[in-house]
Amino acid sequence: MAETLRYRDDQPVDHPAVTVDAFVDQSNAQAVRIEPGDDTRELLPHLQRLALVEVNFPAFGDGRGYSSARMLREAGYEGELRAVGDVLVDQLAYMRRCGFDAFEPDQQFDMDDVKAAFERWPEVYQNAADDRTPIWTKRHP
Amino acid sequence: MYKYDQYDQAMVDARVEEFRDQARRRLEGKLTEDQFKPLRLMNGLYLQLHAYMLRVAIPYGTLNSQQMHALADIADKYDRGYGHFTTRQNIQYNWIKLEDAGDILADLAKVEMHAIQTSGNCIRNISSDHFAGATADEVVDPRPYAELLRQWSSFHPEFSYLPRKFKIAVIASDTDRAAMRLHDIGIQIVENDAGELGAAFYVGGGMGRTPMIAPCINPFVPLDRLVTYAEACLRVYNRYGRRDNKYKARIKILVHEMGAEEYTRQVEAEYAHLLEEGVEPPFAELERIRTYFEDPLFEAGAGDEIDRSDPDFAVWVDRNTVAHKETGYVSAVISLKPVGGIPGDATAEQMRLMADLAKDYSFDELRVMHTQNIVLPHVRKADLHALWTALDEAGLGSPNLDTVEDIIACPGLDYCSLANARSIPIAQRISERFAANGKTGTLGELKLKISGCINACGHHHAGHIGILGVDRKGVENYQLLLGGSEAQDASLAKITGPGFSEDGIVDAVETVTTVFERERQDGERFLDTYRRIGMNPFKEALYG
Repeated sequence: MAETLRYRDDQPVDHPAVTVDAFVDQSNAQAVRIEPGDDTRELLPHLQRLALVEVNFPAFGDGRGYSSARMLREAGYEGELRAVGDVLVDQLAYMRRCGFDAFEPDQQFDMDDVKAAFERWPEVYQNAADDRTPIWTKRHP
Repeated sequence: MYKYDQYDQAMVDARVEEFRDQARRRLEGKLTEDQFKPLRLMNGLYLQLHAYMLRVAIPYGTLNSQQMHALADIADKYDRGYGHFTTRQNIQYNWIKLEDAGDILADLAKVEMHAIQTSGNCIRNISSDHFAGATADEVVDPRPYAELLRQWSSFHPEFSYLPRKFKIAVIASDTDRAAMRLHDIGIQIVENDAGELGAAFYVGGGMGRTPMIAPCINPFVPLDRLVTYAEACLRVYNRYGRRDNKYKARIKILVHEMGAEEYTRQVEAEYAHLLEEGVEPPFAELERIRTYFEDPLFEAGAGDEIDRSDPDFAVWVDRNTVAHKETGYVSAVISLKPVGGIPGDATAEQMRLMADLAKDYSFDELRVMHTQNIVLPHVRKADLHALWTALDEAGLGSPNLDTVEDIIACPGLDYCSLANARSIPIAQRISERFAANGKTGTLGELKLKISGCINACGHHHAGHIGILGVDRKGVENYQLLLGGSEAQDASLAKITGPGFSEDGIVDAVETVTTVFERERQDGERFLDTYRRIGMNPFKEALYG
């Protein structure tokens, strides 16, 4: 297990994440892990008590977690959103745009590659869960 | 046509650098081939049977002469002097070296082109009507909407690891020239009773091993909500599309298994939510894009007469030119289907000639048709003879648009690692057969489409006559299908019965045309006759 990259200032949650089913039934848990087949919407009524949501990527090609992340941010979730598992450096920029602010990859990143990945895109075309201004808004200020 | 501003250019340039960096990390061993594969695919690079294939995007099939020249230069510099125009209005090169790919992408970026998302499980290049902006039957030019969707779908952070590839077509006529309902999303721009424009969304069409015609899930999405609605369609697919079986992962399977009604309900719920989020571009952006697609300066009062005294020219005019909205103009189709040739192939020299002719005679614009031909969209009738003469001298004057010689064929086993059988030689033998028996003209419109495997890249399901190559115990075998259409009367072709050998399939095609000639009533196309009399007379003639 590689170390976690965090782009937040607050303290990390110190207890392990539980499954979505366990979380919904368990009033004191602050951390939950979403698996690809889980319905992210089940978490939406409980966002106030969440401090960490882990989104698991068992295989990097399974992109459901990108929608999970954006939906959580659209619903107002402000806690840590961590991509876990088969997370590759070439996916970081898009994940960040979808609202992830922490990454716990199976394989350690080369930090030079991480820096390059986040500096890659001078502009963005779409609105997403980050605060970047899309090209089409810049064209029509 | 659309021109990049500094933003578009910066994005394409960044993509070139990203790919160079990825290729470097692959060579250094930091990326495994499994990890690199989706990255190269999203830059159009496939590993085929003999070499890498690079597919270059031609958004909505529109390009200018400078771009066509650049495509010719790439064919000469990095390939074997030719390229292959595809059924999604793109071009692909079959003999590319991986180490050249970064330089090719850089060459493309210099002329506002790229290979972004021409493969991979993402939103692919957006296709459109090849007569957009030239035909009288459209409510509006559909390409500005395709361009808006191009920008929205490029580097989309949420939808770049979809269950499977995702293809969108945009048209704006009741006459469908883009196989719109055989796409993952087909959009028809329509006008309502109040004279407002909107988008009808058809979702869940496709070919492949399970062909489906897309149902309409919303007949009128306001244009200032187009992107939001598309985003909702994609999000429901990304969340619920099947990922357990790649053959069941396209959106058509989701819509079919979930039911169009339930899929629509979920899309509408997501749409309502996303409207609150404000993901839609400013409407002024659509207005900005539209200015790039305004009509060229047509010559007022251009002559409407064509001197038909040259009989070969007259045949070409009748077959290969199409009515234009402007008096004195036509759209002229350059056939890439010479008798015995490879459908869709063009040499670098032919590309350069087409580019120069576009500059001289068609306001510097060309279109790629999904039927693998090239259109010069706006040609003065007075210039047609000079145009035809130049084309004919270069082997580009085949008068066979929409005839049995105008065959769509996938690359097949000559190139493709997925194919079970060759497609190209079958197309070659069929066009030679009909050129020799002289029936090409009299048979009229007859759309013949050949795929070398069940993935249906040659659109065999949608052919008036379709051919599907299969592998039967190590021998290439060809199934014959009849009655498909990709047009506004979309239908899926049905298999006649047992398959045929390589020689047998050419005879079988001739046999069904003989039945057609016998049964044909006034003015009927092959498809009309088939629909009227059904499969049995054809079966009897084939297997009787």
